[in-house]
Amino acid sequence: MERLEPGPSYPQGLAVRRANELESQEHYRAIELKIGLELHQQLDSSRKLFCHCAPVVREDEPDGRFIRRLRPTTSEMGQVDPAALFEFQKQKSFYYEYYDDTTCLVEADEEPPHDLNPEAIDICLTIAAILKSTPVHEIHAMRKIVIDGSNTAGFQRTAIVANGGSIQVGGKTVGIQMIGLEEDAARKIADDDEKNARIYRLDRLGIPLVEIATAPDISSPKEAQEVAQAIGLLLRSTGRVKRGLGTIRQDVNISIEGGRVVEIKGFQQLDLISRLVELEVQRQEGLTGIRDVLLQRGVTPNMFQQTPQDITVLLANSGSKLIRGALESGGVVLGVKLPGFAGLVGQELQPGRRLGTELSDYAKFWGGVGGIFHTDELPKYGITSSDVAKMRESLNADDMDAVVIVAASKRNCEDALHAVLDRARAALEGVISETRTPLPDASSKYARPRPGAQRMYPETDVRPVKVTVAHLKTIARNMPETLESKEERFVKEYSLSREMASQVTRSLNLDLFEKIVKVSSVAPKLVATTLENTMVRLQRDGVAVDSLDERHLLSVFQAVSEGKLTPEGIPTLLTGLASNPNREVEELLAATRTGTMSHDEAQSIIHRIVDDRRDFIREHGEDSISGLMGIAMKEIRGRLDGKAVKELLSAEVKQVLKE
Amino acid sequence: MSLQDSGYRGLVLRKLEEANAQLGDRIRISLKDGEVTGILMPRAQIGADPDHAVIKMDNGYNIGVRIDAQVTVSLVQKAGAGKRPSSRATAVETPGLPSVAILSTGGTIASRVDYRTGAVNPALTAEDLYDTVPELKEHANVRAKVIMSVLSENIHPKDWTTIAGAVALEIRRGADGVVIPHGTDTLGVTSAAMAFALQELPVPVVLVGSQRSSDRPSSDAALNLIGATEIACKANAAEVMLAMHGEPSDSFILAHRGTRVRKCHTSRRDAFQSVNCSPIFRYDSAGITEISSPISRRDTTRKIRLKPDFDDKVVLIKTYPGISEGMIDMIVDAKYRGLVIEGTGLGHAPERIHSSIRRAIDAGVIVAMTSQCIWGRVNMNVYRPGVELLQMGVIPCEDMLPETALVKLMWLLANKKETDEVRTAMTQSIVGEIGTRTELSAGAGRKEGE
Repeated sequence: MERLEPGPSYPQGLAVRRANELESQEHYRAIELKIGLELHQQLDSSRKLFCHCAPVVREDEPDGRFIRRLRPTTSEMGQVDPAALFEFQKQKSFYYEYYDDTTCLVEADEEPPHDLNPEAIDICLTIAAILKSTPVHEIHAMRKIVIDGSNTAGFQRTAIVANGGSIQVGGKTVGIQMIGLEEDAARKIADDDEKNARIYRLDRLGIPLVEIATAPDISSPKEAQEVAQAIGLLLRSTGRVKRGLGTIRQDVNISIEGGRVVEIKGFQQLDLISRLVELEVQRQEGLTGIRDVLLQRGVTPNMFQQTPQDITVLLANSGSKLIRGALESGGVVLGVKLPGFAGLVGQELQPGRRLGTELSDYAKFWGGVGGIFHTDELPKYGITSSDVAKMRESLNADDMDAVVIVAASKRNCEDALHAVLDRARAALEGVISETRTPLPDASSKYARPRPGAQRMYPETDVRPVKVTVAHLKTIARNMPETLESKEERFVKEYSLSREMASQVTRSLNLDLFEKIVKVSSVAPKLVATTLENTMVRLQRDGVAVDSLDERHLLSVFQAVSEGKLTPEGIPTLLTGLASNPNREVEELLAATRTGTMSHDEAQSIIHRIVDDRRDFIREHGEDSISGLMGIAMKEIRGRLDGKAVKELLSAEVKQVLKE
Repeated sequence: MSLQDSGYRGLVLRKLEEANAQLGDRIRISLKDGEVTGILMPRAQIGADPDHAVIKMDNGYNIGVRIDAQVTVSLVQKAGAGKRPSSRATAVETPGLPSVAILSTGGTIASRVDYRTGAVNPALTAEDLYDTVPELKEHANVRAKVIMSVLSENIHPKDWTTIAGAVALEIRRGADGVVIPHGTDTLGVTSAAMAFALQELPVPVVLVGSQRSSDRPSSDAALNLIGATEIACKANAAEVMLAMHGEPSDSFILAHRGTRVRKCHTSRRDAFQSVNCSPIFRYDSAGITEISSPISRRDTTRKIRLKPDFDDKVVLIKTYPGISEGMIDMIVDAKYRGLVIEGTGLGHAPERIHSSIRRAIDAGVIVAMTSQCIWGRVNMNVYRPGVELLQMGVIPCEDMLPETALVKLMWLLANKKETDEVRTAMTQSIVGEIGTRTELSAGAGRKEGE
């Protein structure tokens, strides 16, 4: 079985590469690495793109669901997307979960779309102005056929808002191809294999997304990361985009010399983009190497015209649980020979992913099987070396060939092995054009063939929107404050240090910072330090700061400005809130005893401390105050301002010295 | 589609003509600040405009480009001949399968989009239908014909005559059932007309439509067409029915009686509902289930009687607060022969127009009363003004749908000689259009068949 196993060698390789960055830059230039990014970011608008529902993603129980099927339609070229046709032939059904109060007939494809949301258009035009992109004169909504069920209509509505433009990143100009506006897709909740169905939720469907596509100008993994971050930052500077996990997704198009473009779709971890690219380059170079070996070995495309052979009898008494299971439920074992592939199927392309894993992905997708066995990994999994010898003999495979076998129903075995043969034949071309799905470790797996431009046709239910000169002037007059001038203002108005101002400006907490400073009378410096330093420190200490939202932080600073909480008490209160996110700040102030301590209470504590250490005080005189200060602060735990504590302490100490 | 029909006017049209550009050609538009090159698209579907040309760019997206006096348009390359997708299916008769005639009248249930121009063309042949819905050939041997291509809001009583004639021909040629794809706006009205025009049916006639056009992956057309075909050639019934989705899910199809069904929603898949009665059949993956008794059973020895004529001198009006007697007078003066009133409640009309109703009846106009409540039965005995209308000679239409009453009166006026015959027939059920009992379960807005 092809399984994902942690690759032991790669992280070291990565370190070496990083150490030799210059060398690797040269290497990327030599292989003509070209990277283009398509960044998708949810807009923070008051309604969805084509209806008047609130754009909210929810985790509570939906109100109901309905079931649909989607069928492929012929494109203008008379072609049906083969992957789409295949899914349809598998009779796949889609369940859609809905909420009565935040989804409507439009998301259910039971009502035509409403007009394009003008607010979303304005946000896109603002972004276009920042990127010096030229707005189109008239925005036309298009239908992009997508029949994996993620859109109830069977197409995603999408439009170009502006063309061209550029962004400066680290002294380099990266071209912008276009800025689009499109509806987000329904959210996949689960696969129901028993019912051959997939479950989606309609909450996310229709949330406006801006799409920013760069030219393939990016030439290294590091640069890809920097460009993605720069665009992300720029989008946030508009103050009109959503925040948080899942609100930004990245498609990465990668090619190297002599290979086709591979699209990795829907990557959400911006901070792992450079690793994603590194791993993909590694995969593409691996495939190119395999191609060269195959050509040297004289392998030609017509060697793959085979009918999978039934080798059930050879493995009827196999020790493999998987094979026995398949046979017990009426299945068969079929095999094919991959000519000249010996040693190549087991070659690692990404950590824990070999060429065999790629073949296995195809077998799973097209044949619906659990996986494949190949001779580069055998004998193993209960298959003995004599089994392997019999397999090789029966399929007429010599030492240079590999054998791939599958155990499942006959139909599935045939589909799976034909897909394996097709993929193996394509190995003669090196890197083939595919759409891939990112995996959590930034490697990726085969998703489907890449669709072409012909799957697009006009959305005739939506009237085009004219972008007039007057409209563009209004946009220009209302441009958001740039991050540079914001940073300047923070230094001047809020007396933040240059470093802190820069950190806050580039932080995900920028909006929150500005909001807190606006509504409370707390010193901006304290707000900045709390958001940027305290929170990070708490997280490092294992506090679940993820459960703290804007509401929590606002009420904490509210308490500070009302004098109910001292700055020193903030970390304790945040820690308490993080583990009880549903409790009110007021309650926790009492429960964690972080509320401001009364003067009397503090005085009695200090009196006790001083009383217990009379000898020490007499010995050290007034110098003892600084030593006692630490003890007092520890007991008072930030519930009283340090200055007040010192005053109380000095008074008590002086009293003792007087006696 | 020519450039003149494609939604271009004024300056844009002139510049495109000067460049000798046609739809589908690759053109270049040079602007002050750059240029745009791409395929010229029509804008008929999205609204005519004198200022913007629609260009399909190489990435597949369309954009609108503003054309002013300074802009130059030039032709880059003429379009190749529009490639028609080649048919993959062939119409092979499968022995043992029933035969069904599919007679298209228009609408989007079986149509193809020409993506190059955006035009929608009807599926012309059985092959086209099989192409659109490949599973169809597992259900029946299809004989497909396009008898007209009319948007259903434009259907005229003359069209009913044509459709009924075509159906009768197919039935006489031995079809096991007939399916009529039709636009949904007036689908329920045409189904009522077919019910009157096609008497003594030996097999079912099933009208069908789609609420989402068949060029969309999510179209309801395929399931509706399959359901209609199954019911037409397999259900043990011989009457006119209308088959559409039973709920927003792609789960089951309901077949409603042709005279008692109405489009009750502008856009939902389950827009069609049986009014004041239950649907007749349900079709789902388990097959056909009978929900209520059909009027008559399938009997291929029965001989169809074709009565396809309709008199279009009949009016349907809805009363409303403020309606004036002049409305009725105009109808009388224009020599209309029939008037169906959609009255309020149990069948009432403002007393202000009673005298003009009396005048209409005196002039020989047949006046029938239905209710704008849609659900329920008229009863003009309950309140005095109702009694007065009855005494004038207004015919109460029981629980008949207003549109069905309109069609029925058109049909009676074309097929009965004597006025008294028409009056009597209006109150009697001929093809199940009137029910004497209404069951509690047939309430307004109830989701049937669940």
